[in-house]
Amino acid sequence: MIGQSFFSQNVNPSTSEGISRRRFLKLSGGLLVALQLPLSKLAFASSDGVANEHANSPNAFIEISSDNTVTVMIKHLEMGQGAFTGLAVLAAEELDADWQQMRAKHAPANTALYKNLNFGIQGVGGSTGLSNSYDQMRQAGAACKAMIIGAAAQKWGISKDLISVTRGIVSRLDTEDTLTFGELAEDAASQTPPSEIKLKAPSEFVLIGTKVPKLDTAEKSSGAAVFTQDIQLENMRYAVVAHPPQFGAKVASFDDTEAKAVNGVIDIQAIPSGIAVIAKNTHAAIKGKNALKINWDSSGAEKRSSTQLMNEYLATTKNIGKIATSSGDVDNALKAADETHEFFFEFPFLAHTPMETLDAVIQINNDDSVEVWMGSQLQTVDQGVVASVTGVDPSKVTLNTMISGGSFGRRAQPDSGFAAEAAHIAKTQPKGIPVKLMWTREDDVQGGRYRPLTVHRFEGALNDNGDISAWDHTIATQSIVAGSPFAGMIQNGIDPTSIEGAQEPCYDLSDFRLSLHTMQNKVPVLWWRSVGHTHTAYAVEVMMDYLLEKGGKDPYKGRMALMPEHPRDQGVLKAAYELSQKDKPAKDSARGIAVHRSFGSYVAQVAEVTKDSNGLPKVSKVWCAVDCGLAVNPDIVKAQMEGGIGFGLSSIFHEELSLNEGGEIAQTNFDSYQLLRIQEMPKVETIIVQTEFPPTGVGEPGLPPIGPAVANAWRRLTGQMVTRLPMIPEVKRMNMDA
Amino acid sequence: MKVNFTLNNEQKSLEVGADTPLLWVLRDELNLTGTKYGCGKAQCGACTIHLNGNATRSCILPVSAVNGANITTIEGVKSPAADALLEAWKKHDVPQCGFCQSGQIMSAVNLLTRNPAPSDEEIDASMSGNLCRCATYTRIKSAIKDASNTLGEKA
Repeated sequence: MIGQSFFSQNVNPSTSEGISRRRFLKLSGGLLVALQLPLSKLAFASSDGVANEHANSPNAFIEISSDNTVTVMIKHLEMGQGAFTGLAVLAAEELDADWQQMRAKHAPANTALYKNLNFGIQGVGGSTGLSNSYDQMRQAGAACKAMIIGAAAQKWGISKDLISVTRGIVSRLDTEDTLTFGELAEDAASQTPPSEIKLKAPSEFVLIGTKVPKLDTAEKSSGAAVFTQDIQLENMRYAVVAHPPQFGAKVASFDDTEAKAVNGVIDIQAIPSGIAVIAKNTHAAIKGKNALKINWDSSGAEKRSSTQLMNEYLATTKNIGKIATSSGDVDNALKAADETHEFFFEFPFLAHTPMETLDAVIQINNDDSVEVWMGSQLQTVDQGVVASVTGVDPSKVTLNTMISGGSFGRRAQPDSGFAAEAAHIAKTQPKGIPVKLMWTREDDVQGGRYRPLTVHRFEGALNDNGDISAWDHTIATQSIVAGSPFAGMIQNGIDPTSIEGAQEPCYDLSDFRLSLHTMQNKVPVLWWRSVGHTHTAYAVEVMMDYLLEKGGKDPYKGRMALMPEHPRDQGVLKAAYELSQKDKPAKDSARGIAVHRSFGSYVAQVAEVTKDSNGLPKVSKVWCAVDCGLAVNPDIVKAQMEGGIGFGLSSIFHEELSLNEGGEIAQTNFDSYQLLRIQEMPKVETIIVQTEFPPTGVGEPGLPPIGPAVANAWRRLTGQMVTRLPMIPEVKRMNMDA
Repeated sequence: MKVNFTLNNEQKSLEVGADTPLLWVLRDELNLTGTKYGCGKAQCGACTIHLNGNATRSCILPVSAVNGANITTIEGVKSPAADALLEAWKKHDVPQCGFCQSGQIMSAVNLLTRNPAPSDEEIDASMSGNLCRCATYTRIKSAIKDASNTLGEKA
């Protein structure tokens, strides 16, 4: 969810890093573990030398216990994208472990040890989880294996050359003797880690590239998995917060008489983000919140409706914005053109609505140390903000990362607003008492930090051969990173997350201009699964498809002809198209195609669309091709394509967060903010295009192409060009007007 | 009020506010956290339990209404259909974030118990109240069909 283009300047070429002997601590009782290292002081110390010293140390990442289980410490949030399995398989590969003995758990918050090598802080976004860990986790596995072999050599009194490891069994080559990792764990801990590590060649992989069962499926199916919402501690209090009904409004005064009278309500406190109700249980807290009488001061609030905002954006895009990319002479090319086509594309605010609403458990101890349990995409930032609100050093804040019921960017807040809210509440409560803060679904839907409302204007020109002779593209949207600690991403006035995906399309267009208007309003915005690509892919690929059709070109061949220098884009486009050709078209259907590159991966999709009895689009099938370099876990890659398609289709069909006149939020819950349901989910067939590149992300890249693929199919089926989203209400309007 | 009901085959007797939704009694009082809060308005299905054998949203079910009833949660669901579904969920690696999956399983058990061989449309109709934001829908459908086949083989 964080554009990797910016962070790539911090990329640590970790491939050649060895493991320093000084980094390793000898501990008894097995090959242990970062938790016991005295490193908490180093939290936030991302830029000092200590960080690199500990990077890749096997004991920071792998824990082997005497019961022969191998637990991999996962530095990134598991939010459904498969971080537990994905990172564990990297370590297991080089360790030559048996997959059955592998386990995974979250690593503690510790920037020095667990930073994202692309970011320099601990956190995940921009589909970087697996890619930044690819060398690091394999090195940890390889170092650990070397230490196990060293321990076995000592135990047997033989040369290391006479020892092999296969599927978790350590064998002597000269006898039939074998040992398990568990039997060697304690001795291995006193081995010196190797100074040089040789990683396997891809041809030697046993686990990488195969389907391994996910480590967390069983407990996530049986209700046993523990999310933050599920933490129940002794003497715990439950908190909910009444938030302002408009963005930028504040509490003027409040009357909590009735709220305090609710059975189970313990305390009511004004905090910077609203009024917190603290109770003996969740129900009492919610009831207490509903009984509050609050006068809001809306003098500083955003009062424009989203219709007004949209109209302002539309007017703004009639002028050229700040130039992001320009080549050739677009103005002349437009003037000289035989025909030009202008379209405005309108995208609403979108809410993430992960199934688990934002929540955290926090406890300030008697010694002022703080313990937090939460799903955090940016541990370093959340830990630092909790420290700052509670007035302690970050080293005094223990952040336990919990698996989260989705996130999609929502738990990656540059200002840690949610963690700050939890800390503000904890400060009002007695020390030693844990507090669970939970947002209701209404808080979540109305809580802001949306995908920004956005307008794209296109003017495209065709010459007399039907070729595209000019491409003039103007975007108006809010900056996601402005005013945040990530504002450094803005270069020359351009927030890359506003234009990503439009700046360097895979098409060779000679007279090309992309410009940006950065809009201002008080609605807080955030990265939402695939970020800028959520709108740029739709606008570019729908416009492209339209121009190809007007120019008399085939949507597939026309695209292929425009990308001669882009073999990976061509590769997925060809693969998706050919996959789709294997299936006969459904009755009265049309197909649409789209291709888009994001977060280093390439995805093309063909969508087959029919018209249902209400005259609305129904997607029957999607054929998807993905090139994410080496596919470490092919089944997770496929699952993320399916999920990206469903998530994208949900937003394209239904989702819209809007402000009424006066700035009040129109939607409250899933009855008004509608999501895709099972009966709308198409069949999905995915093919992985194998290439020789290192792995790139898959959490986001499956999403961008689905919208345009569906819209292109619909236009070819019905003639309706959908330029205003979401699509279902828009098609209803178009049908009524017709 | 005093409420008595059978929960996962055990008798429970609790003193609790009559308007408290069963969801919060399960979670906050009885520490059965497999049943999730997702919306509080019976819109998402994350809180699905079985009330006298019927899939029911516990987030809008006041505890006063379950006096004398038989409640089953994800922690206690045990039947040929439940076993077949859990096995199929594993085979297809259905969960992503996993948060909605207790509710999905409870709805699917309800479906297969009544209709061991559902059509695609019947699966859609039965499961449409259960949202999955990760959109694991294709795998949910495959897993239900798989479990249905397993039940058919054993029958």
